[in-house]
Amino acid sequence: MQLPNLTIREIHQLLLTKKISSVELTQATLQRAHEIDPKINSYVTITDDLALEQARQADECLAKGENITPLTGIPFAMKDCISTRGVRTTCSSKILKDYVPQYNATVTNKLADAGAVLIGKTNMDEFGMGSSCENSAFFNTCNPWDLTCVPGGSSGGAAAAMSAGLCNFSIGEDTGGSVRMPAGFCNVTGIKPTYGRVSRYGLIALVSSFDCIGPMTRDAYDCATVLETIAGHDQYDSTTFNLPVPRYTKNIGKSVKGMTIGIPKEYFVSGMEAGVESSIQEAIRTYEKLGMVVREVSLPNTKYALPVYYLLLFAEASSNLARFDGTRFGLSVADNAKDVLDIYLQTRREGFGDEVKRRIMLGAYALSAGYYDAYYLKAQKVRTLLRRDFELALSAVDILLAPTCPTTAFKLGEKTSDPLEMYLSDIYVVATNPAGVPALSLPAGFSNNMPVGMQLIGKHLDEQSLFQIGHAYQQETDWHKKLPSI
Amino acid sequence: MTQTIDTNTVKHVATLVRLGITDEEAQKFSGQFSSIIEYFNMLNEVDTENIVPASDIANAENILREDVVKPSMSREEFLRNAPQAEGGYVKVPTILGEE
Amino acid sequence: MQPTYEPVIGLEIHGELLTKSKMFCGCSADYGSAPEPNTLICPVCTGLPGAMPVVNKRATELAALVGLALNCTINPHNTFARKNYFYPDLPKGYQISQYELPIAEKGWLDINDSPLPRGDELSAGRQLRVRVRRVHIEEDTAKLAHEKKSALIDFNRAGVPLLEIVSEPDMRTVDAALDYATKIRAILRYLGVNSGDMEKGVLRFEANVSVRPVGSDELRTRTEIKNLNSFRALVRASAYEIERQTKVYENGGQVIQETLGWDDVRGVTVSQRGKEDAHDYRYFPEPDLPPLHLSDAWIDLIRSRLPELPEARTNRFIAEIGLSPADARFLTSELFLADYFESVLAKAKSPAKTVHSWMAGEFMRYLNDSAIDIKDLTFSPESFAQLVDMVTDKTISGNSAKAVLNEMFKNGGDPAQIVKEKNLVQVSDTAFIQEAIEKILGDNPREVAQFLAGKETIIQWLMGQVARATRGKADPNVAKELLVKALEARRK
Ligand SMILES: [Mg+2]
Ligand SMILES: [Zn+2]
Repeated sequence: MQLPNLTIREIHQLLLTKKISSVELTQATLQRAHEIDPKINSYVTITDDLALEQARQADECLAKGENITPLTGIPFAMKDCISTRGVRTTCSSKILKDYVPQYNATVTNKLADAGAVLIGKTNMDEFGMGSSCENSAFFNTCNPWDLTCVPGGSSGGAAAAMSAGLCNFSIGEDTGGSVRMPAGFCNVTGIKPTYGRVSRYGLIALVSSFDCIGPMTRDAYDCATVLETIAGHDQYDSTTFNLPVPRYTKNIGKSVKGMTIGIPKEYFVSGMEAGVESSIQEAIRTYEKLGMVVREVSLPNTKYALPVYYLLLFAEASSNLARFDGTRFGLSVADNAKDVLDIYLQTRREGFGDEVKRRIMLGAYALSAGYYDAYYLKAQKVRTLLRRDFELALSAVDILLAPTCPTTAFKLGEKTSDPLEMYLSDIYVVATNPAGVPALSLPAGFSNNMPVGMQLIGKHLDEQSLFQIGHAYQQETDWHKKLPSI
Repeated sequence: MTQTIDTNTVKHVATLVRLGITDEEAQKFSGQFSSIIEYFNMLNEVDTENIVPASDIANAENILREDVVKPSMSREEFLRNAPQAEGGYVKVPTILGEE
Repeated sequence: MQPTYEPVIGLEIHGELLTKSKMFCGCSADYGSAPEPNTLICPVCTGLPGAMPVVNKRATELAALVGLALNCTINPHNTFARKNYFYPDLPKGYQISQYELPIAEKGWLDINDSPLPRGDELSAGRQLRVRVRRVHIEEDTAKLAHEKKSALIDFNRAGVPLLEIVSEPDMRTVDAALDYATKIRAILRYLGVNSGDMEKGVLRFEANVSVRPVGSDELRTRTEIKNLNSFRALVRASAYEIERQTKVYENGGQVIQETLGWDDVRGVTVSQRGKEDAHDYRYFPEPDLPPLHLSDAWIDLIRSRLPELPEARTNRFIAEIGLSPADARFLTSELFLADYFESVLAKAKSPAKTVHSWMAGEFMRYLNDSAIDIKDLTFSPESFAQLVDMVTDKTISGNSAKAVLNEMFKNGGDPAQIVKEKNLVQVSDTAFIQEAIEKILGDNPREVAQFLAGKETIIQWLMGQVARATRGKADPNVAKELLVKALEARRK
């Protein structure tokens, strides 16, 4: 029995029936992480002591039969951009290399309250800026399916750790595909929830109006379970919906017969890898067999999604990253600093990687006097059109179906020289974030022995349908059960 | 509209975001920025007459806090992360333009 | 021929709002009472990574109240924006403010182009309507203490709600600017949104000044004088800048647009060129805060809380109650004082002028001496009215009333009860007073002789003896009559 590869509910049963304790499970997971992770580098920090302490507490709850949740005693990993009090939180940036937050993110608190066990913090593109995890200031994370390939980004570490069985679920963050893309590359299930569904308090912001924390799991059912735990209104995040969280597992298992799938025609034009396209076509046939109605829909402004996404990202990021100035926390470079300006210039010069520098400078450009209307404001207007595209398309169908990425995981170093080409790998995932709608990525087959991801995009706040339809697919296929041999 | 972002513009935006960069870096970024901005100019094709910018569309209803005082965090904990502190203050070098 | 120049002045006024907690977090906003630096802080107001703002409801109410008081339109849809710049007192690298859609805009305030009169004139100078361009909400910065080679930062003030009131450049004299600033301060205090305590820095002015030839309606290049922390600094800095710019033009030069500081010691404005390049603030809508939607019902609710403003109330006190302009202005200078006065007036049977003279005289003197906040008074307007009425109907003498008031300030209580306990009921019984007078005149033959020799002022001294002998209970009018009669009787 290989515990790390079980689903949350399978482990939950083992814990409830006392076949295993959380401490045993946690020890096994930590041991596996220490053994295997040096090959893939998914963790920035492994939190042995904290994990064992949380596991011990979970076992206490299980023994007393008190405060037991579906996540009690379950080991998980978390992207290193979510604040953990007393545990360093780096955003994989040199500027936060030794930063230990004084407070917990709301999500961190919710998971701790649910009894989940934090194994460690995972690698990412610096501040989430990247699509391959190669922009980490510390090291590259490798794809467990092929160590010469990227795991995708920016939540590459969280996806790789999940894929390699170094945790039983992980928490990623999706600004423009950062959960879905690596989930697709690494053969795990991952969701970007509706914007405002999960609190961002304590999430180190990249793009405040796009960022969504979302889980990565073995399957859709687990994904629903974790999202139920972390979702909900937060008095500390004014952008969260003040609505009750539905039971996301409720519709799971219900028939999808008669439900409709929209295929956005703009997503099936050119540039898609043949094996990706055939996998997606196969998935569509699977749904047809389940009695779902498939029809073509249009998202006419799709080609503008990428410039809108990147313009707004640059603009908001340039402002969000201003607080890293070397005066209150994090790296501070003050070599012969004659005034505070020197600290700003030197700290940010040494603390930020090239991609971060590029993006915050371009963001300042897009917001600066004389260019605001042409870039920032224009992008916000086209963003309205992108939202309308999704609203209109989704008014006729239950969900949209598309590939997560045009290709499978590419080689490490393959796209690092040309930033624009790297941006293009996000082509199918970025539009949902400016639009705010939820999207679920599921394993959907293989192309040249590398995993293919499929994306289901839903209506605002309709995560339930995504889980229901995603689960139906996973009852028919076993792609999500395939594991890398590592 | 074709526009190149020259090294002076790069240096100007670097100043705006307080980033120390060298001439060589300015040169390198200038080339990259020009092609990225050129790509962004594709948005000019879109007719956005009478379109409300998305930032003005509220997702949620008003979320307001009651005016209630909550306990503050500990000063020691706050200052523990500060590179320099003195007498309970965060300390920084002289600020240019101030007496 | 050289033209003569006139100034064109606009003011930006920053006033902290009197909320309990900060603008975007639950830390106490009362940084003035914090004994130590960095004790009123949290992840939000120190800009820690991941922290997010949440709007203080009370601050929006107070801001709207000010907007309405200044005759502004409240924007039913208003947005927060980020103003991006780097400075060690700005923890996030941006200030959350309002830019395109502030909470209130397009208002006005009537002022006079001479300062507020002190005496009994109704008003001074010409009346002028200054347009208020906008009123917006923002957050205050941290406090910096500049040392020789370093600066020390205290974040207790960071995030305290701040209101910015921006006028149009409608003022043509320094006096007009002074009157505008004075009236804004009075209104803020009156609404209870700001203490007006300029020494504590809760109210700061910024003057935008340009000059132009008289008769022209062009707007020439202006300069901004920042951080004027007193009326005196506002007046001196504006006057200095007007003169400086006029000379520049007279010498054929051009004024450059720049930010200036005011050197109070040397009495000159100084360029702050260091800050110039940072002036591209790259405003954009604050993505962490959804726009505020203020319903008509909400705006009406705030409007219903709007008290009658000092100016209107002053005029009513003059017209309806018959107070002198100086008295009326005094009583309306504080909302609570004016309210208290009106409550006393409503309960008292005495004439308004009498009530007022007790309010302005003894009442204020005790209030100041005992350093009690008027809001913490232990006796009600009814009790005070009763006390004044007892003087009016001659139940007690003025002197006794002072003693009673003293007691009320110390221990509270019912004036009738105190009068009874202290046995202060005024005596008009002529026999009792007569007896006392005869004794005093008998004991003081030298003073009687002086009176008879023509020194009439000695009566005052003798009255004092009567008051002492009767322990203040003698009705002074009766006593004086009897005293004069007794003295005249000795003339024969
Ligand atoms: Mg301001
Ligand atoms: Zn605070």
